[in-house]
This record gives sequence, C-alpha cells and structure tokens, in this order.
Amino acid sequence: MIAALRKELLLQWRSRSQFFSVFIFGATALLLFSFGVGPNAEILRQFSAGFLWLGLLLSSTLTLAESFHAEMENRAMEGLILLPADPRALYYGKAVANWIQLTLLGSALVPVMVILYDAGTTRLLSLLGVIILGAAGLSAPGTLYAAMTSQVRAKQTLLPLLLFPLIVPALLASVKATSLVILGDPMQSLNSWMSLLLAFDAIYWSLCGLLYPRVLED
Amino acid sequence: MTQNTANQRFPRTPYILLGLGALLYVFGSYWGLFIAPKEQYMGDVQRIMYVHVPTAWNWMLAVIFAFVSAVIFLFTSNYKWDSRLEAGLEVSSLLAFLLCCQGSIWAKPTWGVWWDWDPRLTSVAVLLMAFLGVIALRNFVEDAARRAIWSSVATIIAAVDLPIVYFSVKWWNSLHQQQSSPKTVSSDFYIPLRVNAFAILFLMTGFIMLRARLASRRLAEETSVGPEATSLGEPMAGELG
Repeated sequence: MIAALRKELLLQWRSRSQFFSVFIFGATALLLFSFGVGPNAEILRQFSAGFLWLGLLLSSTLTLAESFHAEMENRAMEGLILLPADPRALYYGKAVANWIQLTLLGSALVPVMVILYDAGTTRLLSLLGVIILGAAGLSAPGTLYAAMTSQVRAKQTLLPLLLFPLIVPALLASVKATSLVILGDPMQSLNSWMSLLLAFDAIYWSLCGLLYPRVLED
Repeated sequence: MTQNTANQRFPRTPYILLGLGALLYVFGSYWGLFIAPKEQYMGDVQRIMYVHVPTAWNWMLAVIFAFVSAVIFLFTSNYKWDSRLEAGLEVSSLLAFLLCCQGSIWAKPTWGVWWDWDPRLTSVAVLLMAFLGVIALRNFVEDAARRAIWSSVATIIAAVDLPIVYFSVKWWNSLHQQQSSPKTVSSDFYIPLRVNAFAILFLMTGFIMLRARLASRRLAEETSVGPEATSLGEPMAGELG
C-alpha cells in the first residue's frame, strides 16, 4: 500500500499544474456563487461554508476523474492487476492520495472564501479537522466510483451522477461543522457533526475497500 | 452463464399478481375515497394517505429487494440476480418518484409548500437520485459481467447510505407527520390502508417479475452472438405468446 501511495503522490506531484488549474476552477466557482446571491455581505458570510464545500465538491469530480487517467492510458490498469499485490492496497493507496489532494485543495480554497465572503475564523485547527474529515468522505466513495466510470463512455456525467447523491450526509455534516466554526457555536454541537462525519468516513472507507477487488475483476 | 433466466417456471404468476393487485387497488381506493370517514383536521386531503403510506412501505421493500439482489449476485455471480437487481432498481425508482409526487400533493394544501426538508422525503429523493445514477451506469457499460458487478457494488453503496442520509437530515431539520401505526389509527382508516398495501405489494411484485424476465431475455440475447442466438432466442420468444 505504501508503494501504491508513493506512486500516486509522485504522479500527483508531477502533474501539479493540473492541481493548480483545479484550484483556479474551485476559486472561480466560489466567485460565481456570490453572483447567485448578490453583494450582500451578511448573507454571503452566512452561506460561506456551503459555498466552500460546493466548490470543493465540484472541483473534486475533476481530480477524482483525473486520478485514474494514468491507469487508463496504455492500459496500465491490466499491468497493475497482474501484479502480485492486494487490490485493496491499490485502492487504499489511491484513495489516500486523493484524500491528501482534496485536503490540500480545500485548505487552499479557505483563503479565497475568507477574502470573498469575509468569513474569517481564528479556530484554524478545527477548520482543518473538518476539511480533513470531509475530504475523506469525498475521496473514499469517489475513488471507487472513479475506478468504474473511468472505463466507460460518458465518464464526466456518470461520476457526479453517482457520487453527488451518495455524499449528501458528508456534505451536510461538513457544511454544518464549517459554518459552526466560522459563525460560532452557541450550542456546542460541533462535536456531534464531527462524529457524524467520522462515522460516514469509517463506513465508506471500509465498505469501499471491501468492494474494490470485485470492481477490478473481469 | 445466462441460461438462468429469472422465473421461467411460473410464466403466468406475474400476470395473476398484477390482476389481483389492480382489483385490490380499485377496492381499497374506493373504500379510502368514499367509505372511510373524513379526517377531522385535514379533511379530504388526508385520503391521499391511503396510497401514500402503502407506497412508502412497498418502496422500502423494493429497496431491500434491490440491495439483497446485489449482495446475492456478488456472492454467487448468478445472473438471475442481476436481472432481479435491474428490476428492483427500476421499480423502486418508480415508487420513489411516486412517493415524492404524492408527498408534494399532500404537502401543498397541508403545509403550504410543495417541498419540505423532512428526513423521510429527503432520503427518498436522495436514494431516487442514487438509484437513477446506478441505472445510468448500467446503460453505459456494454460488457455484461462488468455491468452486473459494478451495478451491484453501486447499489450496495447507495443502499447503505439510506439510513445515514435519514439520520443526518433528521438532525439537520425536521417537521413531518409522526408515523402512524395501525394501533394508533381507527379501524375505518386502516382497512383501506391495509388493502392498498397488499394491492401495491402485488402490483410491485408482478412488475418486478416481468421486468426481471425482460432483463434476462435481453441479457441472453446480448451474450449469445452468432448462430446460437437463434436457438437460444426461439423458445423464449415462443413463451411470450
């Protein structure tokens, strides 16, 4: 698994210009969301958490779809399957790499959010925690679905079609937790949302790892 | 591998179920519309419950059926269950769509809004979208083996999401009629409810059986190319008449 993870991270490092363009895409989405609301600073600040996560979600479809690009070119996937390695290791390597990438992307979008929506916070550590857990929720099912959709026609449509309904609980919990961090948390309910996220992550990281070997079979 | 056509042994069963279901449905709906007393607070609008609640029960059953088919297919690789999965996915999507429509029709006069972010309504809508995604996936994968495995995997992942969506939306926001059980409802109300529940159950089972049969025929046609195609196709085509 470590070898698979190293391979993924190396590939991502080599294509860092792609990461940069996805970041620009996410930042543009954040800019566009504010046009949907109008220049009302108070409302924008209230919705900032939702916008951040929608921006990250939209960008994630790009990075997830791209994560199987190398395997699809030159039919490298078949070579990987033939390796005497556990397919689960391949899955977790790629999922962890996607997780790291989405966490970086989410953290990179935070300053954009702070500037555009005036949604600053001093609890940066909590915010980072929410982003890490939320990105984990996106990347576990996202990697599995990307493995399927990367091999079919209409992959750009199918990946979001499958992924978006699925991650509703993770999205909901992330948005709620982020807005509690930004807008203050009078009821001390941040922890319950974090545990919901954690439960979602635990379920899907184990379930998707369990099912991934079947997806690779032919 | 695909000779296992689903439910060939009893070719007439689905038609009998459909006929029985339609009869019961007419009877139950008549009872619900004309015989059952008017509800005290909600008036005639409440009568939509006689279809809405049975649809909801049967939708749950259809989702469980699709989930179980997916699990059994992954364990056995028996294509009968792939066809059943396809049928379960489509029928449960239809029921979910009906549920959302009925819910909206009921919500507008009662709550004054078409849509409400209630946990049950939202979970049904989310699972409807997820299952439509799986159906779309099935349509885009040409290889039968891959299609079967991938859609089973996607169905399991989507069905596991259902309770999580339900509880997360419940925490998020709630305002729905408390669930009624037959014990809390007077007998005048629950007879049409029960009759319609069985009516929709029979209709649903009939549709699932027919749809599964169609799916296995398509699969047989797809996987048998060349001269065998005619020899495999003929007895099945004969059965249609």
